[in-house]
Order: sequence, then C-alpha cells, then structure tokens
Amino acid sequence: MTDMPKGWSRDQMAARAAAEIKDGFYANLGIGIPTLVANHIAPDIDVTLQSENGMLGLGPFPTEAEVDADIINAGKQTITELKRTSYCSSADSFGMIRGGHIQLSVLGAMEVAENGNLANWMVPGKMVKGPGGAMDLVAGVRKIIVLMDHAAKDGSAKFRKACTLPLTGTNVVDMLITNLAVFDRADRSSPFVLRELAPGVTAELVRSLTEAAYEDGLATRQAA
Amino acid sequence: MAEKIHPDATSALAGLLVDGMTIVAGGFGLCGIPETLIDGIQASGVTGITAVSNNAGVDDFGLGKLLRTRQIRKMISSYVGENKEFERQYLSGELEIEFAPQGTLAERMRAGGAGIPGFYTRTGVGTVLAEGKETKEFDGETYVLERGIVADLAIVKAWKADPFGNLVFRKTARNFNPMAATCGRVTVAEVEELVGPGELEPDMIHTPSVFVQRLILATHNEKRIEQRTIRQEAA
Repeated sequence: MTDMPKGWSRDQMAARAAAEIKDGFYANLGIGIPTLVANHIAPDIDVTLQSENGMLGLGPFPTEAEVDADIINAGKQTITELKRTSYCSSADSFGMIRGGHIQLSVLGAMEVAENGNLANWMVPGKMVKGPGGAMDLVAGVRKIIVLMDHAAKDGSAKFRKACTLPLTGTNVVDMLITNLAVFDRADRSSPFVLRELAPGVTAELVRSLTEAAYEDGLATRQAA
Repeated sequence: MAEKIHPDATSALAGLLVDGMTIVAGGFGLCGIPETLIDGIQASGVTGITAVSNNAGVDDFGLGKLLRTRQIRKMISSYVGENKEFERQYLSGELEIEFAPQGTLAERMRAGGAGIPGFYTRTGVGTVLAEGKETKEFDGETYVLERGIVADLAIVKAWKADPFGNLVFRKTARNFNPMAATCGRVTVAEVEELVGPGELEPDMIHTPSVFVQRLILATHNEKRIEQRTIRQEAA
C-alpha cells in the first residue's frame, strides 16, 4: 500500500464533478468536498445552486461587510444572494428536491454499492448526528454524483457489493468519482462502468481496491 | 378584535406550558430561531418536553438551552450534530431522539397544520428510518407513510408582524417557521419589528394571521452565526 498512487486531489475530484453540470441546471451541492464543486464551474455554464434551507440562487461567501446572519447555506455558512435569488420555506425547498425539479446533486459518501445503494449518514456505535437532507436529496434529485475516497485508510473497499453501513437510499447513485477513478451508468437498471482513471492509476489497481462488480469501459472508450 | 400582542414572553406563554407537552420550533441551525420564547420556556421550568425542530441548537444557544436545563425529554430532528450536551444526554440514555429526514420533517409539519394525518414519500424507503412504517406502491415505486405533526405549542421567529398576526420572514431565516406556525394548536410568534395595521403588503405576507394566536416583540435577536465564512475582497 505504501506505493499506492494518490490519484486526484479533492479539488480535482470536485472539478471532475463540475464538468457534469450542464448549462441551465439547478443543482444542490452537499457539505464538504461537494461544496468545492462550485469553484470549478466553467464561466460559460450558467447554473443556479439550491440550498435545502430555502435558498435558490446561492452567491459566493460574503466580504466582512456583507455578512448577514439571515443568509446561510445548508452547511450553516454565511453566503450572499444574487440577482436571481429567491427564498422559500423548507417545505417548498424540499418540494423542489423531492419533486424532481433539481437536476443534479453532488454528495459525499462512506460506502456505495454496485446496485447504487448509498450509505453516508450513520456509523453504528458512533454518535449519530442524523441524516439532515441527504435522504430527501437522493430520493428526489434526478442525477446523484458521489465524491469519495476510493478506499478506506486501511485499504478496504468503499465501493462494495453491498453497503455494510445503514443506507441513505436504495439504488440512487448515478455516478461515482473517487480519487482513483470515475464510474457511471446509463440508468438505474444498468451496472456501473469504469470510465476514467486518475493519472498514474492502473485499471488493475482500481480492481484490487474495489469489491463491487463493474464493467470496464476504458477499452471501448479508447476504440471509439 | 382579540388582542394578540403580549408585553413579553412570560405573558405570551402564560397558561400554555404543561409538563410532557409537545413544542414545535421554527429555525434552521441558529438561523431564524425564536430566541426570546426559548428563554421564556426556560424560565418557566416546564419539563418533559418533546421538541420538534430541525436542529437542537448549540450548548448555550437555541434549544441547547433547554437541553442544558434537562427540560427536553425527546427531540424530533433531522440533524443534531453541533451540540455536546445533546450528545452526552443521548449517550447516557437521558434523552430520546427520533430522526426524521429534513424534507420529511418539513412536510410532517405542513401536513399536520393542513389537516393531513399522513402522506407517502419516497424519502427514506429501504433505510432504518422507514422500519416499522407502512409502505405502498404507486406506479411501480415504493413509498413510505409518514405522519403529520400537530404540536401543543408552536414557537416561531419572524421579521415583521402587524397587530393581526400576519407574518413576514426574512431571507433564509424563513426555513421551518411557516410550517411550524401552522402545526401548533396554539402558535406564539416573536418578531423583530411590529408594524401598524395596513403596513404589510397583503401580497407579501408569508404566514396569514389565522395561524398566529399570540405575538411579542422579540427582545433577543442575537442571531448567532455558526460558520462565519468570509471572502477576501478583490484587491
């Protein structure tokens, strides 16, 4: 394990996720690495970011003078509004989410299973903080991208045959971006396909650190 | 017209507080929380509260104050991560917690307030939070039955109110407050500013007066910030 390549950095993983955002999208970015995605959206892509506490059209962090305690994102960070911004209640906000009106959400994870199951909220025996809005997001947003380390610190697989941790949702993950590789699938009845490798990472290494079954899409991609 | 405006929290809460009651509170994190009314509840000494609120405050702010004094027996929340005293009481078994997904919690308040005892949602299907709950298939998808919430008392924070109890919220301080206001058998609102009759634009009212029974001018508007994130001004 000592000579294992690190692969992509967190910012590079976020940049890869940002490339999935299409012009005109409404998107929700989770707390942690997914928040970094906003920094990598191309200038010619117009995206409206949603925060589940009732804000549509998130601006950048405020300057010291702009700080307003009544404007925060779902991570409870101070934020600013834009000309397009609208506010709504939490019920209406989750209506947007559950009702399928948000095109894309990027979330962190502890485990992803080959059938698209996701575990990202609870470790039995540890203090449980609660699911927040994660269960609603995966149940309602049309495309779910997960960003996570490919393997745990001890080398055990996080992309698994089945999740061992309590689930956040069943068959909800559409794309998985790790520090080593990118997987996606055509729809939620299709298997995951390995699409990209980080620099210096081999398909064999990814295979050896993955418990989930997936198809190899690298050869077909090169042939195309 | 029955007078809704009370001079302070003690007066506004008089006769409403009973041990073992359920209280729903608006707010998200520390944003838009009824600080003045929480202090009033703390001062009353009422105990055995089931508190319905998205979060549990922090150790010395928001509902964290009522946890510290052991006035809360059970929380119904989506996320309780920022509270050490909460963690201690929960791990020692002094405090009960019922987790609800955040959108489900919001909808449970809205449903309860709208006379809807239950609704089906896809959120949480196949997770531990759906265990023991009825499920039903619609168009080939499985949904779980969730219950509406009606509380003995709702406490909310608004930006402005008129004497009739019409409320306007400000920016993301709106969050759970509008639904919380609908699902209390009695709703008490504290507001940053009281305006005169006719001074609120009828088209711009978020919570119509019918949902609000009592009203006070908030005296605690600290609006503590949990994560003060700053961008450096471009040189």
